[in-house]
Amino acid sequence: MTAPTEKQNIHEYLAEFDDIPGTRVFTAARARKGYWINQFAMSLMKAENRERFKADEKAYLDEWKLSDEAKEALLARDYNRLLDLGGNVYYLAKLFSTDGLSFAEAVSSMTEYSFAEYREMMNKGGRSPIGNRSIKGGY
Amino acid sequence: MARITAGVASSHVPLLGVAVDQGKTQDDYFGPIFAGYEWTREWERQQKPDVVILVYNDHASAFDANIIPTFAIGCGEHYKSADEGWGPRPVPDVEGHADLAWHIAQSLILDDFDMTIINEMDVDHGLTVPLSMMFGKPEKWPCKVVPLAVNVVTYPVPSGNRCWALGEAIARAVESFPEDLNVQIWGTGGMSHQLQGPRAGLLNREWDNKFLDMLESDDDAVRYIPHIEYLRETGSEGIEMVMWLIMRGALGKKVRRLHRHYHIPCSNTAIGHIVLEPAA
Repeated sequence: MTAPTEKQNIHEYLAEFDDIPGTRVFTAARARKGYWINQFAMSLMKAENRERFKADEKAYLDEWKLSDEAKEALLARDYNRLLDLGGNVYYLAKLFSTDGLSFAEAVSSMTEYSFAEYREMMNKGGRSPIGNRSIKGGY
Repeated sequence: MARITAGVASSHVPLLGVAVDQGKTQDDYFGPIFAGYEWTREWERQQKPDVVILVYNDHASAFDANIIPTFAIGCGEHYKSADEGWGPRPVPDVEGHADLAWHIAQSLILDDFDMTIINEMDVDHGLTVPLSMMFGKPEKWPCKVVPLAVNVVTYPVPSGNRCWALGEAIARAVESFPEDLNVQIWGTGGMSHQLQGPRAGLLNREWDNKFLDMLESDDDAVRYIPHIEYLRETGSEGIEMVMWLIMRGALGKKVRRLHRHYHIPCSNTAIGHIVLEPAA
């Protein structure tokens, strides 16, 4: 590998991200879209906010500038949908930690597997990169 | 004169912190992971670094979605363990080295690296887990820490090449600090892992080991790996490995490998750990 001869074009750089199977790269566009989802999640770093949220989730969510779709996805803990709406896993981690879920359990909910099956896959060496690198290339 | 005597890289999986905090490091699951750090814990006891420049990423703890610094340096006197949603880790406060940190910050800015300066922040598992892996459970951390936080969450994150060059500039900055200090630089995060979406759980033993080989080599080709390769090969969170290149860049052209460890899995992640020292 050698030094690139010219600067990378931002449009080409971003376009490549859409070619990765089962992955939403946290681009600036997603960060803008999901800003309040992520800021809501950050608020759960304070114990008193976690208590208020747990006492009445819907009322707590109504305090934030969230779309109805975002509120629904948050109430349903639909993490793939939250990724589509611009959520990022490190922010959403505050929500699943509030629920008492481990990273692995929350992450498994975004896959085709149950948590037990997911753990088994990880213990056997994880998901193979083969066939999972490129949608167009299929490699 | 201050000098960088060694570089350490390690994954910083939060579950490792849980294992330390709950005394599970010797069980069947964690035993093989922690066994690979025993050499380093003994070596650190002998090395007694005065300061560790600890390159890590904040996982939406000190920084929220509002402010996203690409490179931020902690210039404070001390840092507390962050509450990441389940209460702060029960670890000692992290003591900063404000004199060295401010010296590095000023030197880097003069050297064309436009750093963000942080005076007060809490530090999350990205910083405290590597301390636990290398030092165990002391009452007080045995060295001071200069936190160096890198944005590896919101794209574009810095290129590998830029990270390497930052490491070189950090080495120059440390060498111009007048006090006689034994300084280590640690790069943390990685290795392959994906924590989101239907492809979650991706691990890549072969690629990770190729990356470790490249870090040991005198060739600097590793700095030119593009983001898309990390994303395709190592999962969406494998990009954290660009932080290892700041450590590697600070060690100079030639290095000697002192220790290396690789284990799959820990939770969602491939554990990688390497100890390098500059070789003349």
